[in-house]
Amino acid sequence: MFDFLEGYDLLAAFWVTVKLTVFSAIGSLIWGTLLAAMRVSPVPVMRAFGTAYVNIVRNTPLTIVIVFASLGLYQTLGISLLGGTLDDINFQLAVLALAAYTASFVCEALRSGINTVPVGQAEAARALGLNFRQVLTLVVLPQAFRAVVAPLANVLIALTKNTTVAAAIGVAEAATLMKDMIENESDAIFLVFSVFAFGFVVLTLPTGLLLGWLSKRVAVKR
Amino acid sequence: MKFRRTAAAAAAVLSLSLTATACGSGDDDKIKIGIKFDQPGLGLKTPDGKYQGFDVDVAKYVAKELGYDEKDIEWKQAPSAERENMLSRGDVKLIVATYSITPERKEKVSFAGPYLLAHQDLLIRADDNSIKDVKDINSKKLCSVTGSTSAQNVKKDFAPDAELQRYNQYSQCLTGLENKNLDALTTDDSILAGYAAQDKHKGKFKLAGLQLSDENYGIGIKKGDKDLQTKINKALQKMIDEGAWDKAVKDNFGPANYKNEPAPQITEKG
Repeated sequence: MFDFLEGYDLLAAFWVTVKLTVFSAIGSLIWGTLLAAMRVSPVPVMRAFGTAYVNIVRNTPLTIVIVFASLGLYQTLGISLLGGTLDDINFQLAVLALAAYTASFVCEALRSGINTVPVGQAEAARALGLNFRQVLTLVVLPQAFRAVVAPLANVLIALTKNTTVAAAIGVAEAATLMKDMIENESDAIFLVFSVFAFGFVVLTLPTGLLLGWLSKRVAVKR
Repeated sequence: MKFRRTAAAAAAVLSLSLTATACGSGDDDKIKIGIKFDQPGLGLKTPDGKYQGFDVDVAKYVAKELGYDEKDIEWKQAPSAERENMLSRGDVKLIVATYSITPERKEKVSFAGPYLLAHQDLLIRADDNSIKDVKDINSKKLCSVTGSTSAQNVKKDFAPDAELQRYNQYSQCLTGLENKNLDALTTDDSILAGYAAQDKHKGKFKLAGLQLSDENYGIGIKKGDKDLQTKINKALQKMIDEGAWDKAVKDNFGPANYKNEPAPQITEKG
Protein backbone atom coordinates (compact mmCIF):
# COMPACT_ATOMS: atom_id res chain seq x y z
CA MET A 1 0.00 0.00 0.00
CA PHE A 2 2.80 2.42 0.82
CA ASP A 3 5.14 1.27 -1.95
CA PHE A 4 4.68 4.65 -3.65
CA LEU A 5 6.98 6.10 -0.97
CA GLU A 6 9.96 4.27 -2.41
CA GLY A 7 12.67 6.46 -3.83
CA TYR A 8 11.59 9.58 -1.94
CA ASP A 9 13.51 10.94 1.02
CA LEU A 10 10.59 11.89 3.22
CA LEU A 11 12.70 12.37 6.34
CA ALA A 12 15.14 14.74 4.63
CA ALA A 13 12.23 16.86 3.41
CA PHE A 14 10.62 17.05 6.84
CA TRP A 15 14.02 17.80 8.37
CA VAL A 16 14.20 20.92 6.19
CA THR A 17 10.71 21.80 7.42
CA VAL A 18 11.90 21.46 11.02
CA LYS A 19 15.00 23.59 10.36
CA LEU A 20 12.90 26.26 8.64
CA THR A 21 10.53 26.30 11.60
CA VAL A 22 13.25 26.50 14.25
CA PHE A 23 15.30 29.25 12.58
CA SER A 24 12.22 31.29 11.70
CA ALA A 25 10.86 30.85 15.23
CA ILE A 26 14.06 32.18 16.76
CA GLY A 27 14.20 35.06 14.31
CA SER A 28 10.55 35.98 14.78
CA LEU A 29 10.81 35.79 18.59
CA ILE A 30 13.71 38.27 18.62
CA TRP A 31 12.24 40.64 16.03
CA GLY A 32 8.72 40.28 17.47
CA THR A 33 9.94 41.18 20.96
CA LEU A 34 11.70 44.26 19.59
CA LEU A 35 8.53 45.25 17.75
CA ALA A 36 6.47 44.82 20.92
CA ALA A 37 8.95 46.99 22.80
CA MET A 38 8.60 49.64 20.08
CA ARG A 39 4.81 49.53 20.29
CA VAL A 40 4.80 50.26 24.03
CA SER A 41 7.77 52.63 24.01
CA PRO A 42 7.44 56.31 24.98
CA VAL A 43 8.92 57.42 21.63
CA PRO A 44 6.11 58.30 19.15
CA VAL A 45 8.19 57.54 16.03
CA MET A 46 8.95 54.02 17.27
CA ARG A 47 5.32 53.42 18.20
CA ALA A 48 4.25 54.54 14.74
CA PHE A 49 6.84 52.32 13.04
CA GLY A 50 5.81 49.29 15.13
CA THR A 51 2.15 49.81 14.40
CA ALA A 52 2.71 50.35 10.68
CA TYR A 53 4.97 47.30 10.39
CA VAL A 54 2.58 44.97 12.20
CA ASN A 55 -0.46 46.14 10.28
CA ILE A 56 1.21 45.98 6.88
CA VAL A 57 3.09 42.71 7.27
CA ARG A 58 0.42 40.64 8.95
CA ASN A 59 -2.11 41.69 6.31
CA THR A 60 0.15 40.75 3.40
CA PRO A 61 -0.32 37.17 2.15
CA LEU A 62 2.68 35.05 3.12
CA THR A 63 3.09 33.78 -0.43
CA ILE A 64 3.62 37.34 -1.60
CA VAL A 65 6.16 38.00 1.17
CA ILE A 66 8.14 34.87 0.31
CA VAL A 67 7.99 35.24 -3.46
CA PHE A 68 9.02 38.88 -3.04
CA ALA A 69 12.02 37.79 -0.96
CA SER A 70 13.14 35.56 -3.83
CA LEU A 71 12.10 37.48 -6.95
CA GLY A 72 12.50 40.97 -5.53
CA LEU A 73 15.44 40.77 -3.15
CA TYR A 74 17.53 38.09 -4.82
CA GLN A 75 16.66 37.76 -8.49
CA THR A 76 16.17 41.47 -9.13
CA LEU A 77 18.26 43.31 -6.53
CA GLY A 78 20.89 40.59 -6.13
CA ILE A 79 20.73 40.48 -2.31
CA SER A 80 21.81 36.96 -1.37
CA LEU A 81 22.15 37.33 2.45
CA LEU A 82 24.85 34.88 3.60
CA GLY A 83 25.36 33.56 0.08
CA GLY A 84 26.22 29.98 -0.84
CA THR A 85 24.46 27.75 -3.34
CA LEU A 86 20.99 28.52 -4.68
CA ASP A 87 19.55 26.10 -2.13
CA ASP A 88 21.26 27.91 0.75
CA ILE A 89 20.17 31.32 -0.52
CA ASN A 90 16.57 30.18 -0.91
CA PHE A 91 16.57 28.71 2.58
CA GLN A 92 17.91 31.95 4.06
CA LEU A 93 15.42 34.06 2.13
CA ALA A 94 12.59 31.80 3.30
CA VAL A 95 13.73 32.14 6.92
CA LEU A 96 13.94 35.91 6.52
CA ALA A 97 10.44 36.10 5.04
CA LEU A 98 8.87 33.70 7.54
CA ALA A 99 10.51 35.48 10.48
CA ALA A 100 9.49 38.91 9.20
CA TYR A 101 5.90 37.72 8.77
CA THR A 102 5.59 35.72 12.00
CA ALA A 103 7.21 38.50 14.04
CA SER A 104 4.08 40.63 13.61
CA PHE A 105 1.99 37.89 15.24
CA VAL A 106 4.57 37.37 18.00
CA CYS A 107 4.51 41.11 18.63
CA GLU A 108 0.75 41.23 19.01
CA ALA A 109 0.70 38.16 21.29
CA LEU A 110 3.39 39.73 23.41
CA ARG A 111 1.63 43.08 23.55
CA SER A 112 -1.47 41.37 24.90
CA GLY A 113 0.81 39.78 27.51
CA ILE A 114 2.18 43.19 28.46
CA ASN A 115 -1.39 44.33 28.99
CA THR A 116 -1.88 41.62 31.61
CA VAL A 117 0.84 43.13 33.79
CA PRO A 118 -0.76 45.60 36.23
CA VAL A 119 0.20 49.20 35.55
CA GLY A 120 1.18 49.58 39.19
CA GLN A 121 4.16 47.32 38.65
CA ALA A 122 5.61 49.54 35.94
CA GLU A 123 4.84 52.63 38.02
CA ALA A 124 6.56 51.12 41.04
CA ALA A 125 9.58 50.25 38.90
CA ARG A 126 9.69 53.81 37.57
CA ALA A 127 9.47 55.12 41.12
CA LEU A 128 12.56 53.07 41.97
CA GLY A 129 14.41 55.01 39.28
CA LEU A 130 14.59 52.32 36.58
CA ASN A 131 14.65 53.59 33.00
CA PHE A 132 12.32 52.33 30.22
CA ARG A 133 14.64 49.53 29.12
CA GLN A 134 15.07 48.28 32.67
CA VAL A 135 11.34 48.47 33.43
CA LEU A 136 10.61 46.46 30.30
CA THR A 137 13.33 43.80 30.55
CA LEU A 138 13.39 43.34 34.34
CA VAL A 139 9.76 43.77 35.36
CA VAL A 140 7.24 43.74 32.52
CA LEU A 141 8.49 41.33 29.84
CA PRO A 142 9.31 38.40 32.16
CA GLN A 143 5.72 38.43 33.40
CA ALA A 144 4.32 39.11 29.94
CA PHE A 145 6.10 36.09 28.42
CA ARG A 146 4.74 33.80 31.12
CA ALA A 147 1.22 34.94 30.29
CA VAL A 148 1.45 34.33 26.54
CA VAL A 149 3.02 30.89 26.26
CA ALA A 150 -0.22 29.44 24.90
CA PRO A 151 -0.80 32.16 22.25
CA LEU A 152 2.85 31.89 21.22
CA ALA A 153 2.40 28.13 20.88
CA ASN A 154 -0.41 28.82 18.42
CA VAL A 155 1.86 31.16 16.49
CA LEU A 156 4.55 28.46 16.42
CA ILE A 157 2.10 25.84 15.15
CA ALA A 158 0.89 28.24 12.46
CA LEU A 159 4.53 28.91 11.54
CA THR A 160 5.24 25.17 11.21
CA LYS A 161 2.42 24.84 8.70
CA ASN A 162 3.31 28.12 6.99
CA THR A 163 6.77 26.74 6.09
CA THR A 164 5.04 24.86 3.26
CA VAL A 165 4.68 28.20 1.48
CA ALA A 166 8.47 28.15 1.01
CA ALA A 167 7.76 25.60 -1.75
CA ALA A 168 6.81 28.64 -3.85
CA ILE A 169 10.50 29.53 -4.12
CA GLY A 170 11.73 25.94 -4.28
CA VAL A 171 13.05 25.31 -0.77
CA ALA A 172 13.32 21.52 -0.59
CA GLU A 173 10.91 21.06 2.31
CA ALA A 174 7.92 18.77 2.70
CA ALA A 175 5.50 20.56 0.35
CA THR A 176 8.10 20.62 -2.43
CA LEU A 177 8.54 16.87 -2.15
CA MET A 178 4.77 16.48 -2.12
CA LYS A 179 4.57 18.28 -5.45
CA ASP A 180 7.16 15.92 -6.94
CA MET A 181 5.22 12.95 -5.63
CA ILE A 182 1.88 14.21 -6.94
CA GLU A 183 3.41 14.61 -10.39
CA ASN A 184 4.77 11.05 -10.38
CA GLU A 185 2.21 9.14 -8.33
CA SER A 186 -0.99 10.77 -9.48
CA ASP A 187 -2.94 7.56 -8.89
CA ALA A 188 -2.12 7.67 -5.19
CA ILE A 189 -2.90 11.35 -4.60
CA PHE A 190 -4.98 10.78 -1.48
CA LEU A 191 -2.33 8.59 0.11
CA VAL A 192 0.32 11.18 -0.68
CA PHE A 193 -1.80 13.89 0.95
CA SER A 194 -2.45 11.68 3.97
CA VAL A 195 1.23 10.94 4.49
CA PHE A 196 2.10 14.64 4.52
CA ALA A 197 -0.88 15.56 6.67
CA PHE A 198 0.24 12.91 9.15
CA GLY A 199 3.77 14.30 9.05
CA PHE A 200 2.52 17.71 10.10
CA VAL A 201 0.37 16.24 12.86
CA VAL A 202 3.49 14.52 14.18
CA LEU A 203 5.32 17.85 14.17
CA THR A 204 2.63 20.10 15.63
CA LEU A 205 0.74 17.92 18.11
CA PRO A 206 3.67 17.45 20.53
CA THR A 207 4.47 21.17 20.25
CA GLY A 208 0.92 22.00 21.28
CA LEU A 209 0.84 19.50 24.13
CA LEU A 210 4.24 20.46 25.50
CA LEU A 211 3.67 24.21 25.36
CA GLY A 212 0.12 23.81 26.71
CA TRP A 213 1.54 22.04 29.73
CA LEU A 214 4.27 24.65 30.06
CA SER A 215 1.79 27.51 29.84
CA LYS A 216 -0.11 26.12 32.86
CA ARG A 217 3.13 25.65 34.79
CA VAL A 218 4.51 29.16 34.31
CA ALA A 219 1.33 31.22 34.25
CA VAL A 220 1.33 34.06 36.76
CA LYS A 221 -1.64 33.46 39.04
CA ARG A 222 -3.25 36.76 39.78
CA MET B 1 -53.45 41.31 -6.68
CA LYS B 2 -49.90 42.41 -6.40
CA PHE B 3 -48.93 39.01 -5.10
CA ARG B 4 -50.57 37.27 -8.04
CA ARG B 5 -48.73 39.45 -10.51
CA THR B 6 -45.40 38.65 -8.90
CA ALA B 7 -46.23 34.98 -8.88
CA ALA B 8 -47.17 35.05 -12.55
CA ALA B 9 -43.94 36.84 -13.39
CA ALA B 10 -41.95 34.34 -11.38
CA ALA B 11 -43.67 31.46 -13.12
CA ALA B 12 -42.94 32.98 -16.50
CA VAL B 13 -39.28 33.45 -15.66
CA LEU B 14 -39.09 29.93 -14.32
CA SER B 15 -40.65 28.33 -17.36
CA LEU B 16 -38.50 30.41 -19.66
CA SER B 17 -35.32 29.37 -17.92
CA LEU B 18 -36.47 25.76 -17.94
CA THR B 19 -37.01 25.75 -21.68
CA ALA B 20 -33.75 27.61 -22.12
CA THR B 21 -31.80 24.93 -20.30
CA ALA B 22 -33.76 22.22 -22.03
CA CYS B 23 -32.68 23.27 -25.50
CA GLY B 24 -29.22 24.58 -24.52
CA SER B 25 -27.65 21.62 -22.81
CA GLY B 26 -27.77 17.89 -23.24
CA ASP B 27 -24.32 16.46 -22.72
CA ASP B 28 -24.14 14.96 -26.20
CA ASP B 29 -24.11 18.32 -27.97
CA LYS B 30 -21.02 19.51 -26.13
CA ILE B 31 -17.54 18.15 -25.92
CA LYS B 32 -15.37 18.82 -22.89
CA ILE B 33 -11.68 19.19 -23.68
CA GLY B 34 -8.92 19.60 -21.12
CA ILE B 35 -6.14 22.07 -21.98
CA LYS B 36 -3.60 24.15 -20.11
CA PHE B 37 -4.73 27.70 -19.37
CA ASP B 38 -1.32 29.12 -18.55
CA GLN B 39 1.09 28.13 -21.31
CA PRO B 40 1.68 30.69 -24.01
CA GLY B 41 2.02 29.11 -27.44
CA LEU B 42 0.30 25.88 -26.39
CA GLY B 43 -2.75 26.45 -24.27
CA LEU B 44 -3.48 29.92 -22.96
CA LYS B 45 -6.64 31.55 -21.67
CA THR B 46 -6.38 35.22 -22.53
CA PRO B 47 -7.77 37.89 -20.18
CA ASP B 48 -10.73 38.44 -22.50
CA GLY B 49 -11.74 34.79 -22.20
CA LYS B 50 -10.39 33.44 -25.49
CA TYR B 51 -8.28 30.35 -25.83
CA GLN B 52 -5.24 30.18 -28.04
CA GLY B 53 -2.19 28.05 -28.71
CA PHE B 54 -1.08 24.97 -30.60
CA ASP B 55 -2.90 22.52 -28.32
CA VAL B 56 -6.05 24.56 -28.74
CA ASP B 57 -5.73 24.53 -32.53
CA VAL B 58 -5.22 20.77 -32.56
CA ALA B 59 -8.15 20.28 -30.20
CA LYS B 60 -10.41 22.43 -32.37
CA TYR B 61 -9.44 20.53 -35.50
CA VAL B 62 -9.98 17.13 -33.90
CA ALA B 63 -13.31 18.24 -32.41
CA LYS B 64 -14.43 19.42 -35.83
CA GLU B 65 -13.57 16.02 -37.33
CA LEU B 66 -15.49 14.33 -34.51
CA GLY B 67 -18.53 16.38 -35.49
CA TYR B 68 -18.44 19.22 -32.97
CA ASP B 69 -18.63 22.88 -33.87
CA GLU B 70 -16.18 25.28 -32.27
CA LYS B 71 -18.95 26.72 -30.11
CA ASP B 72 -19.79 23.26 -28.80
CA ILE B 73 -16.39 22.90 -27.15
CA GLU B 74 -16.29 23.40 -23.42
CA TRP B 75 -12.69 24.11 -22.38
CA LYS B 76 -11.56 22.77 -19.03
CA GLN B 77 -8.33 23.49 -17.23
CA ALA B 78 -6.24 20.33 -16.88
CA PRO B 79 -3.42 20.78 -14.34
CA SER B 80 -0.65 18.22 -14.84
CA ALA B 81 -1.32 16.27 -11.65
CA GLU B 82 -5.05 16.05 -12.34
CA ARG B 83 -4.99 14.76 -15.90
CA GLU B 84 -5.37 11.02 -15.25
CA ASN B 85 -8.17 11.56 -12.74
CA MET B 86 -10.08 13.90 -15.04
CA LEU B 87 -10.09 11.27 -17.79
CA SER B 88 -10.99 8.31 -15.63
CA ARG B 89 -13.78 10.23 -13.89
CA GLY B 90 -15.15 11.32 -17.26
CA ASP B 91 -14.84 15.06 -16.52
CA VAL B 92 -13.38 15.56 -19.98
CA LYS B 93 -13.44 13.53 -23.15
CA LEU B 94 -10.05 14.59 -24.47
CA ILE B 95 -6.96 16.08 -22.91
CA VAL B 96 -4.76 18.08 -25.25
CA ALA B 97 -2.35 19.62 -22.77
CA THR B 98 1.36 18.97 -23.45
CA TYR B 99 0.60 15.42 -22.35
CA SER B 100 3.69 13.27 -23.00
CA ILE B 101 3.03 9.64 -23.82
CA THR B 102 4.87 7.51 -21.24
CA PRO B 103 4.56 3.82 -20.33
CA GLU B 104 3.47 4.70 -16.77
CA ARG B 105 0.69 6.95 -17.96
CA LYS B 106 -0.45 4.37 -20.51
CA GLU B 107 -1.33 2.09 -17.63
CA LYS B 108 -4.01 4.52 -16.53
CA VAL B 109 -5.17 6.23 -19.73
CA SER B 110 -5.03 5.68 -23.48
CA PHE B 111 -3.48 8.05 -25.98
CA ALA B 112 -4.12 9.01 -29.57
CA GLY B 113 -1.39 10.52 -31.69
CA PRO B 114 1.30 11.68 -31.02
CA TYR B 115 0.64 15.06 -32.59
CA LEU B 116 3.91 16.77 -31.67
CA LEU B 117 7.44 15.71 -30.81
CA ALA B 118 9.05 18.03 -28.27
CA HIS B 119 12.35 17.83 -26.44
CA GLN B 120 13.41 19.06 -23.06
CA ASP B 121 15.60 22.07 -23.76
CA LEU B 122 17.00 25.22 -22.20
CA LEU B 123 15.91 28.80 -22.66
CA ILE B 124 18.92 31.09 -22.33
CA ARG B 125 19.68 34.78 -22.75
CA ALA B 126 19.97 35.75 -26.37
CA ASP B 127 23.63 36.81 -25.91
CA ASP B 128 24.68 33.70 -24.00
CA ASN B 129 26.88 31.33 -26.02
CA SER B 130 28.32 29.27 -23.18
CA ILE B 131 25.92 26.32 -23.41
CA LYS B 132 26.63 24.17 -26.43
CA ASP B 133 26.55 20.71 -24.97
CA VAL B 134 24.90 18.70 -22.21
CA LYS B 135 28.21 18.78 -20.30
CA ASP B 136 28.04 22.57 -20.05
CA ILE B 137 24.89 22.41 -17.96
CA ASN B 138 26.47 20.96 -14.83
CA SER B 139 28.06 24.27 -13.85
CA LYS B 140 24.94 26.33 -14.51
CA LYS B 141 22.05 27.67 -12.49
CA LEU B 142 18.85 26.23 -13.90
CA CYS B 143 15.26 27.07 -13.19
CA SER B 144 12.08 25.05 -13.59
CA VAL B 145 8.70 24.45 -12.03
CA THR B 146 8.28 22.69 -8.68
CA GLY B 147 7.19 19.09 -9.18
CA SER B 148 7.59 19.09 -12.95
CA THR B 149 9.20 16.15 -14.70
CA SER B 150 11.76 18.49 -16.26
CA ALA B 151 12.95 19.65 -12.84
CA GLN B 152 13.21 16.07 -11.62
CA ASN B 153 15.11 14.99 -14.76
CA VAL B 154 17.76 17.65 -14.17
CA LYS B 155 18.60 16.29 -10.72
CA LYS B 156 18.34 12.64 -11.65
CA ASP B 157 19.80 12.42 -15.12
CA PHE B 158 21.72 14.93 -17.09
CA ALA B 159 22.99 17.57 -14.66
CA PRO B 160 23.09 16.33 -11.05
CA ASP B 161 25.63 19.01 -10.10
CA ALA B 162 23.74 21.93 -11.55
CA GLU B 163 22.01 24.26 -9.13
CA LEU B 164 18.25 24.17 -9.53
CA GLN B 165 15.84 26.95 -8.67
CA ARG B 166 12.19 25.94 -8.56
CA TYR B 167 9.20 28.26 -8.75
CA ASN B 168 5.48 27.73 -9.10
CA GLN B 169 5.37 29.13 -12.61
CA TYR B 170 7.78 29.22 -15.50
CA SER B 171 7.21 32.94 -15.91
CA GLN B 172 8.76 33.55 -12.47
CA CYS B 173 12.03 32.08 -13.76
CA LEU B 174 12.29 34.75 -16.44
CA THR B 175 13.04 37.56 -13.95
CA GLY B 176 16.19 35.87 -12.68
CA LEU B 177 17.20 34.77 -16.15
CA GLU B 178 16.98 38.31 -17.43
CA ASN B 179 18.96 39.66 -14.44
CA LYS B 180 21.67 37.01 -14.83
CA ASN B 181 21.06 35.42 -11.43
CA LEU B 182 19.94 32.30 -13.29
CA ASP B 183 21.44 30.87 -16.46
CA ALA B 184 18.65 28.87 -18.03
CA LEU B 185 15.02 27.90 -17.80
CA THR B 186 14.43 24.26 -18.63
CA THR B 187 11.37 22.39 -19.82
CA ASP B 188 9.97 21.19 -23.17
CA ASP B 189 11.15 23.31 -26.10
CA SER B 190 7.58 23.84 -27.29
CA ILE B 191 6.70 25.50 -23.98
CA LEU B 192 9.92 27.54 -23.98
CA ALA B 193 9.27 28.71 -27.52
CA GLY B 194 5.90 29.98 -26.35
CA TYR B 195 7.52 32.17 -23.69
CA ALA B 196 10.27 33.42 -25.99
CA ALA B 197 7.64 34.36 -28.56
CA GLN B 198 5.60 36.49 -26.16
CA ASP B 199 5.63 40.14 -27.15
CA LYS B 200 7.10 41.33 -23.87
CA HIS B 201 10.06 38.93 -24.13
CA LYS B 202 10.80 39.17 -27.83
CA GLY B 203 14.55 39.25 -28.58
CA LYS B 204 15.65 38.64 -24.99
CA PHE B 205 15.86 34.86 -24.96
CA LYS B 206 16.69 31.98 -27.28
CA LEU B 207 16.53 28.19 -27.22
CA ALA B 208 19.78 26.29 -26.67
CA GLY B 209 18.63 23.47 -28.95
CA LEU B 210 19.97 20.57 -26.88
CA GLN B 211 17.23 17.94 -27.29
CA LEU B 212 17.68 16.45 -23.82
CA SER B 213 14.72 14.11 -24.07
CA ASP B 214 11.95 13.01 -26.43
CA GLU B 215 8.45 14.05 -25.42
CA ASN B 216 5.72 12.73 -27.67
CA TYR B 217 2.60 14.74 -26.98
CA GLY B 218 -0.52 12.63 -27.30
CA ILE B 219 -4.22 13.28 -26.89
CA GLY B 220 -5.32 11.62 -23.68
CA ILE B 221 -8.57 9.64 -23.72
CA LYS B 222 -10.30 7.24 -21.38
CA LYS B 223 -8.42 3.95 -21.09
CA GLY B 224 -9.39 1.44 -23.74
CA ASP B 225 -11.63 3.65 -25.91
CA LYS B 226 -10.37 2.20 -29.23
CA ASP B 227 -13.15 3.68 -31.31
CA LEU B 228 -12.41 7.24 -30.23
CA GLN B 229 -8.67 6.62 -30.59
CA THR B 230 -9.06 5.56 -34.23
CA LYS B 231 -11.23 8.58 -34.98
CA ILE B 232 -8.77 11.02 -33.41
CA ASN B 233 -5.83 9.43 -35.20
CA LYS B 234 -7.67 9.82 -38.48
CA ALA B 235 -8.38 13.45 -37.70
CA LEU B 236 -4.74 14.11 -36.81
CA GLN B 237 -3.54 12.45 -40.01
CA LYS B 238 -5.93 14.59 -41.99
CA MET B 239 -4.74 17.71 -40.22
CA ILE B 240 -1.15 16.87 -41.15
CA ASP B 241 -1.99 15.95 -44.77
CA GLU B 242 -4.07 19.07 -45.28
CA GLY B 243 -1.29 21.39 -44.10
CA ALA B 244 -3.34 22.70 -41.20
CA TRP B 245 -0.78 21.20 -38.84
CA ASP B 246 2.10 23.17 -40.40
CA LYS B 247 0.06 26.32 -40.26
CA ALA B 248 -0.75 25.82 -36.58
CA VAL B 249 2.93 25.30 -35.78
CA LYS B 250 3.92 28.40 -37.69
CA ASP B 251 1.17 30.53 -36.12
CA ASN B 252 1.99 29.59 -32.56
CA PHE B 253 5.75 29.03 -32.43
CA GLY B 254 6.96 31.06 -35.40
CA PRO B 255 8.35 34.17 -33.70
CA ALA B 256 10.66 32.14 -31.41
CA ASN B 257 12.79 30.64 -34.16
CA TYR B 258 11.62 27.27 -32.92
CA LYS B 259 12.89 24.55 -35.20
CA ASN B 260 10.04 22.13 -34.88
CA GLU B 261 10.28 18.46 -35.73
CA PRO B 262 8.25 17.30 -38.69
CA ALA B 263 4.83 15.96 -37.82
CA PRO B 264 5.32 12.69 -35.92
CA GLN B 265 4.16 9.28 -37.15
CA ILE B 266 1.00 8.17 -35.43
CA THR B 267 1.97 5.23 -33.25
CA GLU B 268 -0.79 4.83 -30.68
CA LYS B 269 -3.02 2.23 -32.22
CA GLY B 270 -4.97 -0.14 -30.02
